[in-house]
Amino acid sequence: MAQMICLQRWKWMHLDAFSHYAFMSATCSNQYGLMDGLLEELEIQQLHSVSQSTIYLLRTWSLSLYTIPRQIKCFIIVGAVASANGSALAKIGCTTMLAAVKLEVMTPKLESPDEGCIAIDFHMPPICSPLVRPGRPAEAAPVITKQLTDIILSSGMIDLKELSLVSGKAAWLAYLDIYCLDADGSLFDAALLSAVAAFSHLQIPVVSLNDNGRIVLISEENSGAMWEKEPVNKEKRKLKLDTLPFSLTCALHKNYILADPSAEEESIMETYLTVVLDSSLQLVSLNKPGGPGLAQTSAIQDCVALTIKRVKELQKMLNEAISDMEVD
Amino acid sequence: MDEKREDGRSATQLRPLSCTRSVLNRAHGSASFSQGETKILAAVYGPRAGTKKNENPEKACIEVIWKPKSGQIGKAEKEYEMILKRTLQNICLLNVHPNTTTSIIIQVVNDDGSLLPCAINAACSALVDAGFPLKYLAVAVSCSLSKHEYCIMDPNKLEEEKMKALVYLVFRNSILSVLDEGSKQEGESIENGIITSVTHGVMTVNNYFQCLEQGLAAIKPLSNFLRKKLQWKAQSDVSIAG
Repeated sequence: MAQMICLQRWKWMHLDAFSHYAFMSATCSNQYGLMDGLLEELEIQQLHSVSQSTIYLLRTWSLSLYTIPRQIKCFIIVGAVASANGSALAKIGCTTMLAAVKLEVMTPKLESPDEGCIAIDFHMPPICSPLVRPGRPAEAAPVITKQLTDIILSSGMIDLKELSLVSGKAAWLAYLDIYCLDADGSLFDAALLSAVAAFSHLQIPVVSLNDNGRIVLISEENSGAMWEKEPVNKEKRKLKLDTLPFSLTCALHKNYILADPSAEEESIMETYLTVVLDSSLQLVSLNKPGGPGLAQTSAIQDCVALTIKRVKELQKMLNEAISDMEVD
Repeated sequence: MDEKREDGRSATQLRPLSCTRSVLNRAHGSASFSQGETKILAAVYGPRAGTKKNENPEKACIEVIWKPKSGQIGKAEKEYEMILKRTLQNICLLNVHPNTTTSIIIQVVNDDGSLLPCAINAACSALVDAGFPLKYLAVAVSCSLSKHEYCIMDPNKLEEEKMKALVYLVFRNSILSVLDEGSKQEGESIENGIITSVTHGVMTVNNYFQCLEQGLAAIKPLSNFLRKKLQWKAQSDVSIAG
C-alpha cells in the first residue's frame, strides 16, 4: 500500500544534457531512491528511449521528507553540546547543522532597556564542502546569517523582553552559532531547523544580583550559600517560544517542483524558492533570489502547500526530540 | 478604504522616477536611477576575460559590488549582492560572452526606502547602457502591508519602518503589444512569473498574493518609463550616425 502511494508521487523531470552526469551518478549511488521493486513499474523503457541529449531525472519530493525511510530523512538531537546553554544537531538528508546558544550578561541598549539581544552567526568551515577553501570564507555564509537573523527576529518567535534580567541594568545576550558540518543542499532549511531546536532546548540559568550590583551565576554546589541574596531567576527556566518558523526550499525547473534539493541537484537547477511558515501557518518569508527560471503563481502556491506539510512534520519531530530529551 | 499617506500619494502610486544614462565617462555603461529620495548610481565594467573561481566558464559570469552610502559592507550588503547577481543572471544572455566576467558596481547615493528595487532598476539600465545582451528588462517594485492589511506601493523609509510586512518583487518588463487589452491573454502567463521575491515580516499567504497582484499592476507604468528612457538614446544615436 505504501508503495502505491509512493508511486503516485513520482515525478518526471526533464533536464538538459548538462544533467547527464548528475543523473548517472545519482542512479549509481541510488541517491534519488530509484527503488528496486518500483523500477520496473516506472517504465524503465522510457528512460532508455530518451535521446542522448535529454535525460529524465526522476525523484519524488516526498523522499526528502522522510516519508520513505531511506537515507534521505531528517532527525534532530537536542542538547548535543553539553557546554552550551541550548544546543541541537539537525540533519536533513545529508545536510548536517550543529547549533548552540550561549548566554552572556550584557547591559541593554538605552533605547530598549528591558530587552535582551540575539546575535546570530552561521559558519561554513572547510569541512562542510569541497567548494569552501580554508582562509576564504564561503560566499553563502553571510547571506544565510542575514536571512536567519531576519527570520528569527521578524517571526516573533522569541520575545526579547523575556531575556531581560534587571531593567536598564542587565539582560541576556544570546549568541547563536550554527556550524555547517555537511553542506548537501538546502542549507537554510537545516540551519533554521537547528536554530529553532537549539532555542527550544535553551535553559536560562539561575542568576542573582550580588552586593556590587553584578550578576553572578548560581551553580548547583553553592546554591545554599547564595540563596539569601534572592536570585533574579528563581529556577532554571525555558524560553517561551510563541511560534516556531520552519522552512522548505524547492528547486524549480519549468513546470516541475523539486523539494529539498541536494547539493548536486542545486548545481543543476539554479532556480530555487524558500518558503518559511510559522506554526500558525503565517508566511514569515518567501524568498526567491533570482536564478535562471521564473516562479509562476501556481508554482508558489504548490510550494506553500508543500511547506505546510513540512511544517507539520518538522513540528512533530521537534516535539518528539524535546520530549525524548526530557525523559532522559 | 484609502489610507492617507504622509506625502499625499495614493496607495498604488509610485514616487516620481528619474533615470539618467551614461553619467560616468570611464565606465562601459552607467546609469543613475532615483525613486523619490532614493538614488542609486550603477556602473558596468566588462565583459573582461576569465571567470571567477567556482563559476561556469561556459557562461558569462556576473559580479556585483555593492557600495553603501557610508561605512563598511556588512551582511546586509552581501545579501543584496547575492540577490542582485542572481536577478541579473535571469535577464542576461549568459551564453553570448562565455568565459568572461562583467562587474556591476552599485553605489548607494541616498536611501529613502525601497533600496533594493531601485538598485535592480539602476543595474538593469546600466546594463542596457553598456550594450550587454539582455533577454528582457527586470522591473522591480516594493510593496508593503500596513497593520490593517492594506497594500501600499513603493514605501519610503518612514513608511517601511511602520509597516507590518514588506515585499520586494521583480518581474519581467511588460510587453508592448499592438493588440488591444482583450486579446492579450496568451502573453499574460509569461509575464506573471516572478524573477525575485524578498519578504520581511509576517503576513498571511493571501496577503502575499495580494501584494503580488498589486506589484504586477504597478510594473506597467514602470516598464513604460524604462522603455521610454532607454529607447531615447538609441534613437538619438541613430540620428547622429545618419
